[in-house]
Amino acid sequence: MHGLTYEEFLSQISGFLCGYYVLLATMNGLFALYRWKQKDELKQALAWSGLGLVTLILAAMVASGNEDIIKYISFNETIKGVLDGLMSPTTYSLGSLVILLVMFRYREVLVRPNIAWLGLNSMMLFMGLSMADSDFAAIVTKPDNVPIVGLIFLLAFFTWLATSKAVENDRRIANGELPLEATDAEKEKVLVWPDLVYTELICMVALTALMLLWAILLQAPLEEPASAVKTPNPSKAPWYFLGLQEMLVYYDPWMAGVVLPSMIVAGLMAIPYIDYNKKGNGYYTINERKFAYLTFQFGFLVLWVTLIIMGTFLRGPNWNFYGFYEYWDSHAVEAMNNVDLSQYFWVELLGKPLPKPDPEAAFLTKVLVIAQRECIGVTLLIGYFAVLPPLLAMWDKKRLFQPMYKRMGFIRYMVMTNLMLWMALLPIKMLARWVFSMKYFIAIPEYFINF
Amino acid sequence: MPSIGDIIRNSQIWKSVFRHPAPVDRRNRVVVMLTNFFLHLHPVSAKKQGIALSYTWCMGGVTFFLFLVETVTGVLLMFYYRPTIEWAYTDILTLRDATSLGILRELHRWGAHAMVITVWLHMYRVFLTGSYKPPREFNWVVGVILLLLTLLMSFTGYLLPWDQLAIWAITVGSNMARATPFLGYEGPGAQLLTVGGIDMITNASDARFGLLGARFVGEETLNRFYVLHCIAIPLGVALLLAIHFWRVRKDGGISGPM
Repeated sequence: MHGLTYEEFLSQISGFLCGYYVLLATMNGLFALYRWKQKDELKQALAWSGLGLVTLILAAMVASGNEDIIKYISFNETIKGVLDGLMSPTTYSLGSLVILLVMFRYREVLVRPNIAWLGLNSMMLFMGLSMADSDFAAIVTKPDNVPIVGLIFLLAFFTWLATSKAVENDRRIANGELPLEATDAEKEKVLVWPDLVYTELICMVALTALMLLWAILLQAPLEEPASAVKTPNPSKAPWYFLGLQEMLVYYDPWMAGVVLPSMIVAGLMAIPYIDYNKKGNGYYTINERKFAYLTFQFGFLVLWVTLIIMGTFLRGPNWNFYGFYEYWDSHAVEAMNNVDLSQYFWVELLGKPLPKPDPEAAFLTKVLVIAQRECIGVTLLIGYFAVLPPLLAMWDKKRLFQPMYKRMGFIRYMVMTNLMLWMALLPIKMLARWVFSMKYFIAIPEYFINF
Repeated sequence: MPSIGDIIRNSQIWKSVFRHPAPVDRRNRVVVMLTNFFLHLHPVSAKKQGIALSYTWCMGGVTFFLFLVETVTGVLLMFYYRPTIEWAYTDILTLRDATSLGILRELHRWGAHAMVITVWLHMYRVFLTGSYKPPREFNWVVGVILLLLTLLMSFTGYLLPWDQLAIWAITVGSNMARATPFLGYEGPGAQLLTVGGIDMITNASDARFGLLGARFVGEETLNRFYVLHCIAIPLGVALLLAIHFWRVRKDGGISGPM
């Protein structure tokens, strides 16, 4: 959307934003009606309809398309500057991990309908206020990025749905009751025609309508014809692989592109053979399988989804990091001054030159010199993957690791802990990059093995 | 005076197709599930909890439906599209500008994006309900392969419009294969595979070359991805889907508390 003046941009976006706020107002009105009629909560219903009125006023303001009016309902430059300044690859990734943990800790409060609804309102208001920024709108409304916006809202909704069911079940189990799914009424058998077949039919019709609407409203992107000499900047993989592309910042291609994706697939397949916990089969629960739940959510929500969001919306030219409201300037240069662990050890700590193998020397001699040079990294790596799991089993006798070791046996225990440690290595590498400007723990450019 | 509906329902043709009266009573609601080819994927009855929309989210079903949408729109798109450098891009332009009902490509592209999302949501639901636990371990494994194949179908299809977006996304994605350990010419260990001083792994014999059919994304790649996208991967998906659905039934239907 660059090349437009701000006024032209506003006249293009104001129609969409008006509809968006009217939708939000309608949603709030319906929710208010529901709380009042079904739940008899008059005060809450009044508050929600009040919010609905406010969003209706926002819709009217934005419909004007007038810059002087719209500036009151968009983030001003100071707020945008602060938000952009707070964002960096590390604060974003580690921040999303912290947010997951906070949401996990306070899940019982957060799933309450009124609070969850407030969360949805804040998400939608944040989107709406941000859309008045042309740089934000330019990225979010790119046709191929629209599904990701949908993904964010869908994931938020289904995570809420699953968590509220799990919270309810956990409360029931704590009271000595059966989970909702196990009550007699729910275990009763019903005929699939009509009870399931009709649901499926309605889903199909609704989905068809949605797909047609989406296809009519949004044209599929088609850029210039392919040219092998004109490299676009940034060059991005399809959006569902952007988490892997993000890993290229911290890992070499053989890890980020080959080894780690294979391990994701293998690790997913291994889940049923690792998780020996017989509880939580066939109903929503968190308390009965906290460890499995948190591990999966860390892998799926933090490592997979939020990295895709970052790769799509926050990575610009040269794969540099840009805040939500920053212009993607392809001439911006980011200083990259990252140092390998061996460099730290030999040059900075011991004050010696880095050992260098003689390129003419025999293979074994070269390997020995390299092993000497990389001894710290190799030791750390072996310690991390081979020594840490047994130590955990010895140290944590009661709660997690030793009981697991006893149940699983040596091999299964090592497979499970190693898969977990691989997942944990990405945030560790992020931290090391952030705090120590660490490039590689092991750097063997001679044989293309950097780690 | 019989109504037109009655005449149709009592005709020999109708009765030859549907071997029972309309499913309005209990008996015929059972019979319809047993005698209809498409419905016999389902059991006759199921636990209320297992078919509740708030429990299953219907995401597996939605994913399957999107697969069917992709198949139908994909076949129609194949009528208009030739996978050669000469024609690919212009065929898409024609499709956009000169074909009636010009939302075929939109339906196909957005359907593919939606399918990736719904397959993730399906996996998310199956994990959160612990439905991968015994006896359904193997069906989870089949599901993981189906997830992978869904991504690969989407990835191979991404190249076909042959525009800048397509060629560079595939270039970035397939560059990784260059670094495959031992099998990529920039991967660790590839130098070790030499016979009599001659490298076995070069940029014309490594994993990336096998994927692209060339040293860079070009004519051969377009053909290769077209065949993978339209034939090879969908056939694999169809086979695994059959196993996936069959195993749902054999493993005791939609999961629920023991």
